[in-house]
Amino acid sequence: MSAPALPPERSELANLVFGRLSWESIPFHDPIILSTFAVAATLGLALLGWITQQRAWGWLWRDWFCTIDHKKIGVMYMVLAFVMLLRGFADAIMMRLQQAMAHGDAAGYLPPHHYDQIFTAHGVIMIFFVAMPFVTGLMNYAVPLQIGARDVAFPFLNNFSFWMTTAGAVLVMASLFIGEFSTAGWLAYPPLSGADYSAGVGMDYYIWALQIAGVGTLLSGVNLIVTIVKMRAPGMTLMKMPIFTWTALCTNVLIVAAFPVLTAVLLLLGLDRTVGTNFFTNDFGGNPMMYVNLIWIWGHPEVYILILPLFGVFSEVVSTFSGKRLFGYTSMVYATVVITILSYIVWLHHFFTMGSGASVNAFFGITTMIISIPTGAKMFNWLFTMYRGRIRFELPMLWTMGFMFTFVVGGMTGVLLAVPPADFVLHNSLFLIAHFHNVIIGGVVFGTFAGISYWFPKVFGYKLDEFWGRVSFWCWQLGFLFAFMPLYVLGLMGVTRRVSQFEDTSLQPFFIVAAFGAVLIGLGILASLIQFYVSYKRRHALRDETGDPWDGRTLEWSTSSPPPEYNFAFTPRVHDVDAWWDMKRNGYTRPTSGFVPVHMPKGTAAGLVLAGLSTVCGFALIWHIWWLVIASFVGLVGYAIAHTFNLNRDFHIPAQEVQRVEDARTAQLARLATQEGYAP
Amino acid sequence: MTTATLTGAIAERYWVQDHHPQNGSLLGFWLYLMSDCLIFAVLFAMYGVVGSNYAAGPAPKDLFDLNLVALNTAMLLLSSITYGFAMLAMARGHKAHTLLWLAITGVFGLAFVGIELYEFHHLIELGATPQRSAFLSAFFALVGTHGLHVSFGIVWLVVLMAQVNRWGLTAVNRRRLMCLSLFWHFLDLIWIGVFSYVYLMGVIR
Repeated sequence: MSAPALPPERSELANLVFGRLSWESIPFHDPIILSTFAVAATLGLALLGWITQQRAWGWLWRDWFCTIDHKKIGVMYMVLAFVMLLRGFADAIMMRLQQAMAHGDAAGYLPPHHYDQIFTAHGVIMIFFVAMPFVTGLMNYAVPLQIGARDVAFPFLNNFSFWMTTAGAVLVMASLFIGEFSTAGWLAYPPLSGADYSAGVGMDYYIWALQIAGVGTLLSGVNLIVTIVKMRAPGMTLMKMPIFTWTALCTNVLIVAAFPVLTAVLLLLGLDRTVGTNFFTNDFGGNPMMYVNLIWIWGHPEVYILILPLFGVFSEVVSTFSGKRLFGYTSMVYATVVITILSYIVWLHHFFTMGSGASVNAFFGITTMIISIPTGAKMFNWLFTMYRGRIRFELPMLWTMGFMFTFVVGGMTGVLLAVPPADFVLHNSLFLIAHFHNVIIGGVVFGTFAGISYWFPKVFGYKLDEFWGRVSFWCWQLGFLFAFMPLYVLGLMGVTRRVSQFEDTSLQPFFIVAAFGAVLIGLGILASLIQFYVSYKRRHALRDETGDPWDGRTLEWSTSSPPPEYNFAFTPRVHDVDAWWDMKRNGYTRPTSGFVPVHMPKGTAAGLVLAGLSTVCGFALIWHIWWLVIASFVGLVGYAIAHTFNLNRDFHIPAQEVQRVEDARTAQLARLATQEGYAP
Repeated sequence: MTTATLTGAIAERYWVQDHHPQNGSLLGFWLYLMSDCLIFAVLFAMYGVVGSNYAAGPAPKDLFDLNLVALNTAMLLLSSITYGFAMLAMARGHKAHTLLWLAITGVFGLAFVGIELYEFHHLIELGATPQRSAFLSAFFALVGTHGLHVSFGIVWLVVLMAQVNRWGLTAVNRRRLMCLSLFWHFLDLIWIGVFSYVYLMGVIR
């Protein structure tokens, strides 16, 4: 079903108007895709109908789509990530099913070309549109609250970044029903990803979806760095920043220092494909190894971009639920910074086998092994924090302990892979697949769920349902073990990745176990969806009015839940790493009068419009519809310029309104004090 | 605005009335410039690795006309100086002079882009197209990306001139002029790298 470069027998005019797009681009012949489309369309229409019936469009538009409130944008990132998680998981279970079936004479149900698209889409979606928005969403929500700020440094840019990320996701989803997706794997090595071997639109979907989403990621990185550097509450020196904010700072430094490389390398690949240049081609002096080097100079920091903020989440959770100050705060900060720096000098371990020679391999093998030292230091810090603590086994703590168990295993297999001779045996095998799923599921996914269950009461004012949370955790934990331990074994036996059929039937039992594990993980995802639903239904029983349900230690717990639009009526002054803990212990008093008007930025549709135009431009570039490329690009630049002429961007929340909100909070706290004896 | 009523030692210990000053723009723009710098770093690295892969096609020696490049470099360097004069005029609060120097900067910028386009046209006429060899691909990508940046800078300059004309040297406009100033000098710096590494060293090789 690879799309032809140009559909035959069509007038010049039609080609001019539609580029490569034609009826043949719609996969009518594929029952799997057609039925997926039917289900997606039905669900989508049902959702749209429901929103219309609830008359919620105005609310959705004003309060969410156009919002520049970092809290709401954070929530939207999480929703985007969750939706894309469902798609990414659908890809995963299809692969597991195919590999469980296709042994010996059985061919399974997926043709190889379709299978190739699925593993590519799975990787791209899970990294760029699940893990990244999860991480960005958590940082967006929590960082300004933790540092006592009213919003991020550039609130409009924040909204724009979110919509650019969404635009990338929209393009990837569109590729399912219009044309095809890339078959070249999630990092698209040339020459396979070049025009000669991947002529269809799939690769172009990949390139432009990532370019557009990459703009969003880069800008949100800049935004959060400036926020953390410039907007910390007075008294919060760098070594008094909450550890999650520290990890967020390091991650955003990594984003700004790594994503431009991805932008540049994809630009060059796009030029090779569209214009016919020779950067990564086999002939005319091109050098495909340059691509592999450059993409991993981005790609390795990328995995630390994903994991560092979750290390921060685990640190917050461990210390909160052990009722103790984090053990070794200083060493935790240094470990984070060391990981940030080291993550730049290990990229070559992704291709030890590609002929760099023994000396170069030795250097990168050793740097890779060194990275496990700061990571190990963190692990001991968490253990010592728990040691002799009063541990409360709430949901966030459960996910954290699951992480500690799982991640250590994944880290150790990583050190194995860092040994170049061992890597020559294990390179590109299922052992590698098992390793990185071990760290990404055990680290990023468990961390995200820990973060969600930790901050959910802050966001919505009620806790998540405990029972379904536990079900979800155990399904994920056991599902992970069932799904990936067999892959370690298969990898050691020499089975390579990205294979859709196997001749050797003796391998089949391992793949069946792995498929069972994937089903368990699916149940885990289902359980967390049920958890959200049940929690919403039981929100009155689960309500937390104190704003501090876990006896927290950092500033986000000093506000009401959900926090007021302006976060803090007065800026807090910080004296300790655990600022809120210090305030609670030393008898702080909440100011109840003397409020001043709060200066706030206005909501705007500009981010959504710009991202929409970018989507159109990306789509036109993919399908070579040149007039539309020009039109949408001119529109993009024109609209952006027009936006700079609008200076009417902010407003003041009047002091009376602040007084009203704060009075309600005062009354709420007084009621809690008399009725439940609550004293912060 | 009501006066401060945060009284009591405890309240003063834990709360301050002032909001954060909003002064993050320049830091944010610096960070953006550093990320842009990395894009150029990749393009330089690309040129460094494949810059001598001529694929039996023309080499720098056959193509580059140093006189033309010297003229072009002069245009860009002069535009940086005139932008500096615009900023000095801005510091003195002289709107008309600021606009005049910005206009001169724009003319120099246009001359730079014009000469570059002429050079590209000339190369393509000679058959030295971006498709001809990896060297030429890397050359056009690096120099072209720089040229696109300058073109974008000119558009930005025109927009800012309109805004300065409309609103005067307000705080917003000063901040924007400062950002464009950083951008403009940054492009100058990149060009010095291009001039030395691509053109001068190319002709020596």
